[in-house]
Amino acid sequence: MDFLTNLINGISLGSIYAIIALGYTMVYGIAKMLNFAHGDVIMVGGYICFMTLNALGLNPLIGILAAVVGCTLLGICIERIAYKPLRQSPSLTVLITAIGVSYLLQNLALLIWGANPKVFPSVVGGSGPIMLFDGQLVISMETIVTIVVCAVIMVALVLFTSKTKMGKAMRACSEDPGAARLMGINVDTTISTTFAIGSGLAAIAGVLMMSAYPSLVPTTGSMPGIKAFTAAVFGGIGSIPGAVLGGVLLGIIEVFAKAYIGTQFADAIVFAVLIVVLLIKPSGLLGKYVPEKV
Amino acid sequence: MSPTTQNPDSEKKTYRAQAERAKTGETSEKKTYAAQAAKAHDKDAPGTAPVAGPVDKGARMVPLPSDGIVPERDLYSTPVLECRHLGIDFGGLHAVEDFNLIVGKTEIAGLIGPNGAGKTTVFNLLTKVYQPTRGTILLDGKDTSGMNTARLSREGVARTFQNIRLFSSMTVEENVTIGLHNAVPYGMWSGILRLPKYWVSEHKLHERAMELLDVFDMTGVANVEAGNLPYGAQRRLEIVRALATGPKLLLLDEPAAGMNPSETAELMENIRKIRDDFQIAVLLIEHDMDLVMGICEGIAVLNYGKIIAKGTPAEIQGNPQVIEAYLGSDATKEA
Repeated sequence: MDFLTNLINGISLGSIYAIIALGYTMVYGIAKMLNFAHGDVIMVGGYICFMTLNALGLNPLIGILAAVVGCTLLGICIERIAYKPLRQSPSLTVLITAIGVSYLLQNLALLIWGANPKVFPSVVGGSGPIMLFDGQLVISMETIVTIVVCAVIMVALVLFTSKTKMGKAMRACSEDPGAARLMGINVDTTISTTFAIGSGLAAIAGVLMMSAYPSLVPTTGSMPGIKAFTAAVFGGIGSIPGAVLGGVLLGIIEVFAKAYIGTQFADAIVFAVLIVVLLIKPSGLLGKYVPEKV
Repeated sequence: MSPTTQNPDSEKKTYRAQAERAKTGETSEKKTYAAQAAKAHDKDAPGTAPVAGPVDKGARMVPLPSDGIVPERDLYSTPVLECRHLGIDFGGLHAVEDFNLIVGKTEIAGLIGPNGAGKTTVFNLLTKVYQPTRGTILLDGKDTSGMNTARLSREGVARTFQNIRLFSSMTVEENVTIGLHNAVPYGMWSGILRLPKYWVSEHKLHERAMELLDVFDMTGVANVEAGNLPYGAQRRLEIVRALATGPKLLLLDEPAAGMNPSETAELMENIRKIRDDFQIAVLLIEHDMDLVMGICEGIAVLNYGKIIAKGTPAEIQGNPQVIEAYLGSDATKEA
């Protein structure tokens, strides 16, 4: 039964990584940049939700909504102010800027909310954990909600990018921004939309993560951010199903490593697996290997 | 042109130009014309154009370039394209200089010239992939300065590329649908929430795409990934995708490159068909002289960024300057 419990916990943790990884992978796919501030948007989402729940005492649903709206606006602002002027700069410049934005967000959070950990109330109300097999298998509501939300988001995003005009425009921009412009697509707006979607997802991931691991500090977002980035690369960066697969696998590996090998080694094992996968399949699990045409 | 050689600042510059225009109002437009006119007259002193003062008595009058030709049937319609003193510099190099061209409303026009003459650069100027350093582009009588590439596409300029640039991981139909991006508008929310408007619009998009593919008998491959099509079909699809944007002017960059004579003959038929069915103008760059002489009504010859000859196919074929440009000066002496 331990195995099953660990597996479910792993999928749940992995689902959170997956939602964050979706943000990374979409932004990378379209803007060809790594938004390292993505993890910190999660943290901001957590704080916004915390504020609405604790300080204003509002309904958890309103808290989630506030976090999503807040993070979406934050994402658009970051893109406009920090990344858009660098659209034509070398990718290294944008990368450094992203790291700068990341530290800026962390320190702003430190300034506004202080360094003391905030205890985050779970947004998943209702009944207690579900007991199966005479109480041998315990599944919390947070776990179930997280997994369901992740699955819904993935399906919605796949449908969005494959079936709608805006989604197709995104894929066109990702493949050839120059040709997309000639089709009358506003590439700048498309990139902003992508940031907005990614940041909105980060807010959802933040709230779910805080509900499961309820200690909120200004650096809360950085480690999950890095792991989600790893997950995106693991699954094949730029691919939506790849991000979800990478995230879930990463979560399972982490939980199993913690349970059977040792808590201290968990992160080391996660990244060791990443290195092995990338050595064997450099483009990630579902990534397409595109040979350079000569 | 490789995909990476786009002008990095093109969009930024556009905004700046727009802002400046807004600031200075109408006067800047006048100044530009005055500057151009003066420059046309006094080519030896570039950049030293006199600025129109508040009182402009006795202004020097200079003729606008009017050596353009259009087919007789287009005489009473606004020319779809009119370039006046168009030019662009890359560093110190005048890549295109004093480019004047008029294309009639339903004309099939050709732009030819030796390799490196600046033909593709002209296309990049016409689509605002590069912002011109000098000159005006009038599209259907409308000044396009300050417009960016996407805007120009909405105004009715479409193009294909020398090296095919399809969205190769998307299907044939999706490629055409992207061309229709602005044709069937619906907002992001109706797309996400699948409101009835989404279904109606997507259905319309599908029908439009199929109609367009039908022009080139490509409905059978609608669900094939564009990158997997044979070469000739990819070239055709690029034209269909360009047509999907609803252009008034279609720019074809070496449409016959890599085609065998029978495919080229079919392409010539198709270009004529497009012009007749859609009633649009076509401007094409091509090295295949059979195609150029076979379908183009007016031809401009470009060499070292300057137009060295304009005229009908017959006139161009007999023009000694053109022969010299292509074959070197010895050829004309021997002839």
